[in-house]
Amino acid sequence: MRGVTNIVIAGLGGQGVLTAADVVADVALHAGFDVKKSELHGMSQRGGSLASDVRFGHEVFSPMVPAGEADFLVAIEPDQVSVNAAALSPNGVIVEPSQINAEKLRNKKSLNVALLGALSRYLEFSEEAWIAAIRRRLPEKLVEANLEAFALGKG
Amino acid sequence: MKDSHIAVPEGGLDAISMRSGEQQSFVELVSGNEAVARAAFDAGVSLGAGYPGTPSTEILEAFDSLGGRAQWAPNEKVALEVALGVSLAGARSIVTMKHVGLNVAADPLFTAAYLDLPGALVVVSADDPGMASSQNEQDNRRYAVAAGVAMLEPSDSQEAYEFTLRAIEIAERWSKPVMLRMTTRVCHTKTVLRRGRARSIPPPRRADFRRDLPSRVMIPAYARPAHKKLRAALAHIAEWNETADVNRIVDGSPAMGIVTSGISYQHVREAAPEASVLKLGMTYPLPFELIRRFASTVERTMVIEEGDPYLAEAVRAAGIPVGAKTEMFRLGELNVSRVRRILANDVSPEPPLLPGKPPALCPGCGHRTVFSSLRNLGCIVSGDIGCYGLGVLPPFEAVDSIVCMGASIGVGLGLRHALPPEQAKRVVSVIGDSTFFHSGITGLLEMAYNPPPTGHVVLVLDNGTTAMTGFQEHPGTGRTLDHSATSKASIEGLARAAGVRNLHVIDPTLDPAAFERLVKECLDRPELTVIVARRDCLLAARHIREYERINARCN
Repeated sequence: MRGVTNIVIAGLGGQGVLTAADVVADVALHAGFDVKKSELHGMSQRGGSLASDVRFGHEVFSPMVPAGEADFLVAIEPDQVSVNAAALSPNGVIVEPSQINAEKLRNKKSLNVALLGALSRYLEFSEEAWIAAIRRRLPEKLVEANLEAFALGKG
Repeated sequence: MKDSHIAVPEGGLDAISMRSGEQQSFVELVSGNEAVARAAFDAGVSLGAGYPGTPSTEILEAFDSLGGRAQWAPNEKVALEVALGVSLAGARSIVTMKHVGLNVAADPLFTAAYLDLPGALVVVSADDPGMASSQNEQDNRRYAVAAGVAMLEPSDSQEAYEFTLRAIEIAERWSKPVMLRMTTRVCHTKTVLRRGRARSIPPPRRADFRRDLPSRVMIPAYARPAHKKLRAALAHIAEWNETADVNRIVDGSPAMGIVTSGISYQHVREAAPEASVLKLGMTYPLPFELIRRFASTVERTMVIEEGDPYLAEAVRAAGIPVGAKTEMFRLGELNVSRVRRILANDVSPEPPLLPGKPPALCPGCGHRTVFSSLRNLGCIVSGDIGCYGLGVLPPFEAVDSIVCMGASIGVGLGLRHALPPEQAKRVVSVIGDSTFFHSGITGLLEMAYNPPPTGHVVLVLDNGTTAMTGFQEHPGTGRTLDHSATSKASIEGLARAAGVRNLHVIDPTLDPAAFERLVKECLDRPELTVIVARRDCLLAARHIREYERINARCN
């Protein structure tokens, strides 16, 4: 759909897929966009595959990114790239852990936010907007580690 | 943007919110479930009742977070009955459940429709097309027709909020219950909510008992005129629906008109941006004249709906010619690609979905020990609804049937009755704690009342929480929805009261070999046995300890 940005965030239950999606949705909402964020809850809580679709633009209808229309696939677990490859548009960009120097992560659980740092290079939101969203969406005691992770990913 | 801040209530909702600088109106990104809770709270709903079930669970949790009075009932039937009582008292109530929960609550629903209810009763049915986390994909729009209950279908969080308010208004205007039918994507998708845009409704009445025998006591002499009154009320609601603003026309090309509702509307707007669209907000009783007029303004009319061909059948039966999807699209969720296919009449095979990593029993979960033993012992396992359903997957593959809440016991008994003795002796029923309180107790009564010749073994896997849906409390935890202390029901006590003499309580993880020996001994005896395998869910244990610490301090 014209003017809608489609992002699929994929991983396994417990890797922070939903938190990452919340941060992206928060940034987009505060930038004044219509936003929809969709995922299936339930069995994925038991370590199964989990993907969240975030869509933003002037007006968003379907909450799910149509097959072949994802502009970005953010995979927190490398093997989830192939599972979600059909979502990606021909010009789509894959953001995955190999692009992050994980050894520099203070907390391995911040990989999701580090990948958002990498994603942020392609989106029009300011760094301040991302930082504000991370502060709003993460528990206070995790904010500093995640801001570091974001900066690491942004490079 | 000039000014933005969060305004999430304390300990509260998972909403993303801000104040829009331009419009000075409060904008939030909330799930459909949270939007229903907000509307219920804003409308002064006196009590919310329900039983946890994906995708409905968060409604009552959010209602509680906002400060509403929310309660988990042992099952959906009881929840609906409690809500019905609240409405009879003149106060407003909401009752929430997943689609299959309405099967359990169907008994009170059908007759509640005959009663005159001074306070609103809103019945939320959260359907799960595509079965993200369910055992079937039944389409509960059929219940609205069967029970004669008006039904609204929101398509996003804004409508979830507005339609909940409207459901309350309609319920009180006609003194009848109203169904709010949600689906997984409406429940769980976060979309923009502007509460300021919703039209407010009158404040709730004060609860007060008024005797009114003919409209509340459904003996045949009163139920016959009550049924007639229900049909008259539905006729009035249908007439109201013809011009109600819950339905909307999106002007477009006269070449193609699409009649749709709920989440399908969102897919339609994207798949066919040029089409004229009639979006129905109230899908029972249907506004047939509105649909007829709409169809007459376009060259071709298609019905686009998820699940059963409910709308298409009803509209065609009313003599309005419409096209509809083929049977292959009855299965699973719709999405933009599938709607494009339906509109193009493309029935070529769809690309298969790549299987992701399946869920699994957590490492260290007590259920693992149980299913290893059942597999080692060659048991025929009659299973039930919950995490332990994952015992069907490798490496265990130790569950032989799963049907519905509580079925493990009855089905296990039937197998015991019919199978030759050598097989019958290997049958075990496996049921979780929350599921046991939901609908396992009557199974135990049946077991004691009509015991199979080989006896039977019921394993209650008590992990101290409703784990699969996200760790909700139940009557056996001794804590209410908000985790405060209350009476604690005993599985052993109930089994004893039913007449079961052979009772064991064991933590299977302490000595797995001893657990396996115990199950084997019980299988070898032609007795009725209940084994409670008690071990707190690993994921919930920390929270459970914390709740107990707080509650102990309060007492």
